[in-house]
Amino acid sequence: MTTVANIALVLVSLAGLLAVGRLAAGPGALDRVVALDALVTLTVVGAVLGTLARSDTTTGYVLVVLSLLGFVGSIASARLIERREDMR
Amino acid sequence: MSDVVVDVVSAVLMLVGAGFCLLSGIGLVRFPDTVSRLHAASKAQTLGVLLVVLGAVLQTPAGKAPSLLLIALFSLLTAPVTGHIVARIAYRTDAVERRRVVLDELATRLVDERPAEGRRPDDREPPAPR
Repeated sequence: MTTVANIALVLVSLAGLLAVGRLAAGPGALDRVVALDALVTLTVVGAVLGTLARSDTTTGYVLVVLSLLGFVGSIASARLIERREDMR
Repeated sequence: MSDVVVDVVSAVLMLVGAGFCLLSGIGLVRFPDTVSRLHAASKAQTLGVLLVVLGAVLQTPAGKAPSLLLIALFSLLTAPVTGHIVARIAYRTDAVERRRVVLDELATRLVDERPAEGRRPDDREPPAPR
């Protein structure tokens, strides 16, 4: 099971690298919000897989908090972008 | 015997979930505009998280399962909300590539509801200006 978790971890890490690429490239601020949201999710998935790969169960509810923070952050920055566009 | 079955099921779930995450990463890089990138990213946020977490739940002792299931529940609840708000703002700030859109029902509605056009008396009131 450790091997499978490690393979899956490699796949998720590649996806995370691609999301970082979109975060850097971007063109608009909303694209960065989408990429950052995906990156937080991929971090959570990777941490779950890392927990399995190392059979180390210390993370627990930290990941729940992280996914909720990603949600709040995406909503807040999207609303901010909307307001900024309205002022133009 | 049943241990082997549980291991195989959980391995398949995790690998398929990680594959979906990778696909959504590829889509995030290659898709042309914000809403289609949002479409790709939400695959990782729902299906990827759900499958990986289910595979992990099968491998963890019962005491550790609730936090993993909470992660799956919250991402199922929050991904549609984020997607809706980001897509709405993308539409209103013209981050959508219009020539790629096949059917845009909202645009015709927005034109119909403009107060300057002579509206029929039974039409709904136009949305209040923000």
